[in-house]
Amino acid sequence: MGKKNWWIIGLIIALAVTLLSPLASSWPDGLERVAEDHGFIDLAAGPFYELIPDYVLPGIPNEALATILAGMIGVLVVFGLSVAAGYVLRRREAKGKAS
Amino acid sequence: MHIPDGFLSLGTAVAAWVLAIAVLAYAVARTNRQLGEKQVPLMGVMAAFIFAAQMLNFPVAGGTSGHLIGGALVAILLGPWAGMLVMTAVVAVQALLFQDGGLLALGANVLNMGVIACLVGYYVYAALQRVLSDGHWANLGSAFVAAWCSVFVTSVVCALQLGISGSSPIQVALPAMAGVHALIGVGEGLITVAALAFITATRRDLVEFRKAAN
Repeated sequence: MGKKNWWIIGLIIALAVTLLSPLASSWPDGLERVAEDHGFIDLAAGPFYELIPDYVLPGIPNEALATILAGMIGVLVVFGLSVAAGYVLRRREAKGKAS
Repeated sequence: MHIPDGFLSLGTAVAAWVLAIAVLAYAVARTNRQLGEKQVPLMGVMAAFIFAAQMLNFPVAGGTSGHLIGGALVAILLGPWAGMLVMTAVVAVQALLFQDGGLLALGANVLNMGVIACLVGYYVYAALQRVLSDGHWANLGSAFVAAWCSVFVTSVVCALQLGISGSSPIQVALPAMAGVHALIGVGEGLITVAALAFITATRRDLVEFRKAAN
């Protein structure tokens, strides 16, 4: 793998990190903990719609697999969006040199 | 620290949207002038890694978990402006696709975890770099402190938003949010340092060209 394609390794590492997601702590996070302890958790409104709620891909019976797949979808979407944003905004190099 | 809808008053949510959009417009302009070709794939890889790492909640004291924000990490590598665009992509996808964080509250979540986390992380890191002698361990130490500060300040701002919204009195929300995120910030610091150490070991040039671009 040449230096030019290092990003493929980076993307694979990110996808591999999602394999750990079923092991994540299910305890409430800092904000949820504060909201529970201080009595305003019930203010939380449900979402307007649900696509992949709680990072669990619907229709997959195995929850660990559903979580990993949801994570991989998210990884690929944010990768694509960020590369697209960077591609549009990048400083153009001299003509003919641009890759 | 993803705020769901309902925690913020309409006024606070709208004000956060306006502020977030204004800063992001400036970030787009700065990125348009500064972003090098080589940084385009790095934006994608950092977004991918931060999204994945944000799923990995780690336990902190007392039945509470935290997860990486990543604002300091991406800002150290890409600068605060491209960094906050990456964070915006992550936080927006979390809200739109995964219902993590509200839609009305998305402006505040982008403002907190994108704009503020990146600015605090970047400028704390830059300030420490000026004070400390340049060196591998000094850089990693600076990154740890910058990452911790980014989480801590973000949690304080979040507490202020909750207070202004009337969800929780500031004198309650502020110490509670700051206290728990002082712990979560340690995790942020460790993950940020580990990621930077890995990138420095494998692709030193990615860390170096930031200095030329900012």
